[in-house]
Amino acid sequence: MMGFGGSGSKKEKSGELIIEDITETAEDLLPEAQTEPAEEGTASEPEGRIIIDMHHIVKRYFIGQPNELEVLHGIDLQVREGEFVAIVGQSGSGKSTLMNMIGALDRPTEGQYTLDGVDMFRAKDRDLSAIRCLKIGFVFQTYNLVARTSALKNVELPMLYAKMSPRRRAKRAKELLAVVEMEDRMKHMPDELSGGQKQRVAIARAMANDPALILADEPTGALDSATGRLIMDIFHRLNKEQGKTIVLITHSPELAEETGRILTLKDGMIVGSRKGAGHP
Amino acid sequence: MMLFFENISLAISSLRANKVRALLTMLGIIIGIGAVIAIVTVGNSLTLSISDSMSSVGANNITVGLRQRENEEETTDSGAVFRDYRNQKQPKEEDYFTDEMIEAFRETYPDEIADISISESLGSGKVTKGEDYANVSVVGVNDGFFTANDLTMLKGNILSGKAMEEGRDVALVSDYFVDNLYNGDPGKAMGETVEITIGKKYYTYTIVGVYEYQAMSFSMTSKKDTVTDVYTPVKSVQRKTHNTSGYSSFTVVIKTAGEAQAFIPKINHFFDRYYRKNRNFELSTFTLESMVSEFTGIMGTVSTAISIIAGISLLVGGIGVMNIMLVSISERTREIGTRKALGATNASIRTQFIVEAIVICLIGGMIGIVVGVGGGIIGAKALGFAAAPSLSSILISLIFSMVIGVFFGFYPANKAAKMNPIDALRYE
Repeated sequence: MMGFGGSGSKKEKSGELIIEDITETAEDLLPEAQTEPAEEGTASEPEGRIIIDMHHIVKRYFIGQPNELEVLHGIDLQVREGEFVAIVGQSGSGKSTLMNMIGALDRPTEGQYTLDGVDMFRAKDRDLSAIRCLKIGFVFQTYNLVARTSALKNVELPMLYAKMSPRRRAKRAKELLAVVEMEDRMKHMPDELSGGQKQRVAIARAMANDPALILADEPTGALDSATGRLIMDIFHRLNKEQGKTIVLITHSPELAEETGRILTLKDGMIVGSRKGAGHP
Repeated sequence: MMLFFENISLAISSLRANKVRALLTMLGIIIGIGAVIAIVTVGNSLTLSISDSMSSVGANNITVGLRQRENEEETTDSGAVFRDYRNQKQPKEEDYFTDEMIEAFRETYPDEIADISISESLGSGKVTKGEDYANVSVVGVNDGFFTANDLTMLKGNILSGKAMEEGRDVALVSDYFVDNLYNGDPGKAMGETVEITIGKKYYTYTIVGVYEYQAMSFSMTSKKDTVTDVYTPVKSVQRKTHNTSGYSSFTVVIKTAGEAQAFIPKINHFFDRYYRKNRNFELSTFTLESMVSEFTGIMGTVSTAISIIAGISLLVGGIGVMNIMLVSISERTREIGTRKALGATNASIRTQFIVEAIVICLIGGMIGIVVGVGGGIIGAKALGFAAAPSLSSILISLIFSMVIGVFFGFYPANKAAKMNPIDALRYE
């Protein structure tokens, strides 16, 4: 924030060009993948390019040598750009594990997973951090806003880790909070916000680095139905108006019905796939 | 660098959230750093004022005296070697430096020796005048004494000429003496005859001059009770002690500044001819330089001891910081998980918590410095000398507290950095 005011005064002294140069370089610091989709996007496939491309994903947990627990038994999943997909399933069906896998929080034991053109199987820990930072926006059931950090600063966090300049961070964070109609509360701390407000901030935060995918894990699970409705409307709006790719993990069949495609997970397998009400 | 400032403001806000806890954590560091700074401040003040008062002794002076030879060791049946302190001897008249020796010495090195100062004590006593009294120490001096010691005369002149040669019973007294007995009027004291009681004997002197007493800056006695010197011709003292054969010590004033230490071998060489055969005594010399180095040596030992104590205290403080960091990290597991999900690398998590530990230690260190300087100044004032906080020790303390932060912050920070994001996110 100190640098924020400093760069502003610099701008006035030495002209705008230099400042623009600096911010451009900050943009260049983002890994190559940021430029890749632009190139691929030119391919005029009717259904859009593939964002999530999973082939025969197996996840086993090793609990001691003789006991291994296979949670996912060969998942095949393709999600295209602009899709709104719901993954439903009861607890124990492997939903969480699949979400961790999609969200680059974990690596599969077997299989192939490409997220927006990046091979996840060979990614190192640091690469996974960069992928989470730039390609995925998380929305959690428990909001997970960082405590004692204002709504604005929370939205800035992913951009901070993407090494964006403080000035651009603040500007973009304000814009994003305006999208979720939270700009008047951007100085509030998380404990001064209601659940629905927290979740809106979390959605703004998920969009911070303009990710290829928004991954929402039970986003309305802790909210009353009216507030949950509001949150779902925001997702629909983002999907329709901004063409955001959204994967929604939920156990609520009603919410799933609204999406474009519903995948049913049972015992670590995708047992059903059908079109939802939201299919274009 | 961007993350650096973010981390500092993060650390400060997380300390604010737990003010009491942060303060308690810092206590070890505060006490450790505070104790060191306080003691160093007092020590520094002491060193300054002592070397100050020592420099008034004169850098060009070499004091030559006698000391008992250490060859009187006896071996017991068990083989242990001990010095027999029952045989402690005082130099007798035949051991003393004689006028002839000193004169011969002066003639041997006319280019090096500026003067030779002799002072023989008659003893300490008291002068009473009605209700008033003054504590004095009667010292017989020669002409050279006034070369070696720069006295500021407030009234009258230094002792010289006939009075010196004949050893008349005349005396120079201090302004303290005049303050105590003559209401601070030197003119009234001049020409007065005073009776000094030393032990059970009385000595009568006529005051011929008043000099300005150089107060020791670390003196703890009141002005009224301070013992000041009464200077009288050395021959007068010798007559009273019935010792006319020589002196137990004398001071050589050399001409070239800074050569005092180098002149000592020549002194030893010259007097060897007189003392080689003396079974009991040998020559001892000391200079301001050797005094200072001896003093510095003592101060060095003291500060080593302090450093060890401070080190232990800082170690304990550092462990406290590590402990609270571990607690803080376990409390903030979900935050760490969230940050990782948002793209924080292990390195940025690690940096965040190391910076937090450094901030705790630095703030603790700064409070410790304030406490220490305050305590040191109070201590120095209480002992009666000018306080002199040491800037270098303040800087070293700051750097040291940062190092503690890095050292004791690393393990918890690394633990946070290595957390599995899935487990961290799910942590209740």
